[in-house]
Amino acid sequence: MAPETPPAAVAEDPTKAQNALVLALLHRLFEADSFTDVAEPYGLLTATTTREKIHGIIAGLQQDEELKLHFLTTLCGIHYPDQLNRELGVIYHLHSLVHNIRLRLKIFFPIADPVVPTISDIYSAANWLERETYDFYGVIFSGHPNLIRILNVEDMDYHPMRKEYPVEDGTREDKTDLFFGR
Amino acid sequence: MAIDALEGTRQITEEARAQRHDQLVPTLNDFSQELTTLNLGPTHPATHGIFQNILQMDGERIVSGVPTIGYIHRAFEKIAERRPFYQITTLTDRMNYCSSPINNLGWHMTVEKLLGVTVPKRAQYIRVIMMELARISDHLICNSILGVDTGAFTGFLYLFQEREKIYEIYEEVCGARLTTNMGRVGGMERDLTPVALEKLRKWLKEFPAVMREFEVLFNRNRIFMDRVVNVGPISAEKALNYGFTGPNLRAAGVDYDVRVMNPYSSYEDFEFDIPVGTKGDTYDRFIVRNEEIWQSLRIINQALENLPEGPFHADAPHFYLPPKEAVYKSMEALIYHFKIVMGEIDAPVGEVYHAVEGGNGELGYYLVSDGGRTPYRLHFRRPCFIYYQAYPEMAVGTTLSDAIVILSSMNVIAGELDA
Repeated sequence: MAPETPPAAVAEDPTKAQNALVLALLHRLFEADSFTDVAEPYGLLTATTTREKIHGIIAGLQQDEELKLHFLTTLCGIHYPDQLNRELGVIYHLHSLVHNIRLRLKIFFPIADPVVPTISDIYSAANWLERETYDFYGVIFSGHPNLIRILNVEDMDYHPMRKEYPVEDGTREDKTDLFFGR
Repeated sequence: MAIDALEGTRQITEEARAQRHDQLVPTLNDFSQELTTLNLGPTHPATHGIFQNILQMDGERIVSGVPTIGYIHRAFEKIAERRPFYQITTLTDRMNYCSSPINNLGWHMTVEKLLGVTVPKRAQYIRVIMMELARISDHLICNSILGVDTGAFTGFLYLFQEREKIYEIYEEVCGARLTTNMGRVGGMERDLTPVALEKLRKWLKEFPAVMREFEVLFNRNRIFMDRVVNVGPISAEKALNYGFTGPNLRAAGVDYDVRVMNPYSSYEDFEFDIPVGTKGDTYDRFIVRNEEIWQSLRIINQALENLPEGPFHADAPHFYLPPKEAVYKSMEALIYHFKIVMGEIDAPVGEVYHAVEGGNGELGYYLVSDGGRTPYRLHFRRPCFIYYQAYPEMAVGTTLSDAIVILSSMNVIAGELDA
């Protein structure tokens, strides 16, 4: 058994070492309290920040010559109805095509005040992604040039990806299954 | 940014809405500048899919364009929140339906990453073969239709015959042709049959001649080149800013390929080149796709030559259905079958992002699991949804006929665009 353990540890190390390096850089570039809940699920460095800081961080990361995190992979919304005052969230995936570093940033904010700054001035790619997030979750991206629905019809009066809207009509009884909890 | 400064954004969106309505009224011709509004789509024979573009035309030149999308939006991300993992595969089929196996297998790999399942080498190689076949069929469609849009119908007819043969191989492997639902979480649903191998080998022998003929017809064809060279160029910086991936980004000169940068399914075992263009114009995109077809053939040949022996699926009884015969005979198999089909097996808590190189770019799955039988949140990074944003910018200043060619060369698939 003994000779088999070191290779596994080495194989796991590079991502961990790289993530530690990136995190140290992040802390140097921005105020240390900018990032909370730092984790590495499946090797992808994830941190939570605030909506006040997100624009500055993403703009700073794009300009940074060392990390070169200059590619926005995707951004999407998420809804946690049980997190008081942090119900809605936006999740950004950034990628450095030079160093092959990926970074996931999250922000959470109350559903009653779903206003976050746009990053479409930094990345043109964010334009439609933010419209999609607005369409699905009702997140208002302030400063967005054209924040209207993109996939759903314009006169829709709710944001369908929120958890309070079930996929199927909850009053239907022909589909309830008492034994398997559907 | 202070939150106070964000006040009044509702009004901004209302204004934006009103403004867009102004733009959208089809009869609003601006006679003072002699501009004409032209509705290109939603159902136009030259756009191969449901795309609407409202163009302002100054004579033959396009002054501005507003794309409207969402005509075949099916709320896949919402539906996915109610389905067990194995039922989501059929949703992925219907995104980029020109290369469904890549979507299916990319999704399986995402789930395997979440579950920590390691797939045996043989299954990985079979997956590589199928994904590269899918890439070839995707590029064949895009490039041959580009020919049709420039008035060259012949190439399309030659290549569609080859695509048909690829679909026959799919049929042997998974039973379906277009919406393949190929593979399972943990591997493939069955091993490559002798018939599938024979068809594959036959096709690998015959296809290069057809492809060469297609290239001879197009690559240095004066008429074709006049239509596509310098049409719709995009610089590497702009392409990156717009989130381009796949052949469109590589045509602009950036050698980003998920298969090389983050290898999955044993792509690191194969030797192949990443073709790149220089100007990112329609001609570069066409040539890059043609070259990628040759590289995909190289990969398939290597995978077939070195196809390892062994099982074609992982030993993951909680997620991989037992063989049907065993279900009738063994209690354990029956229990697993029942639990999987009824979706009674919980996944670990966690979040995963997994990307594969799709037919037209980086196809990513962001899966958030809260430990239940279905995803808590599933977001698809659809490459063409992201890069189609650049279309108005690329089309402005060109003529209508060029705009059609640009759209065609970007390989925008309506199913993926609208998800």
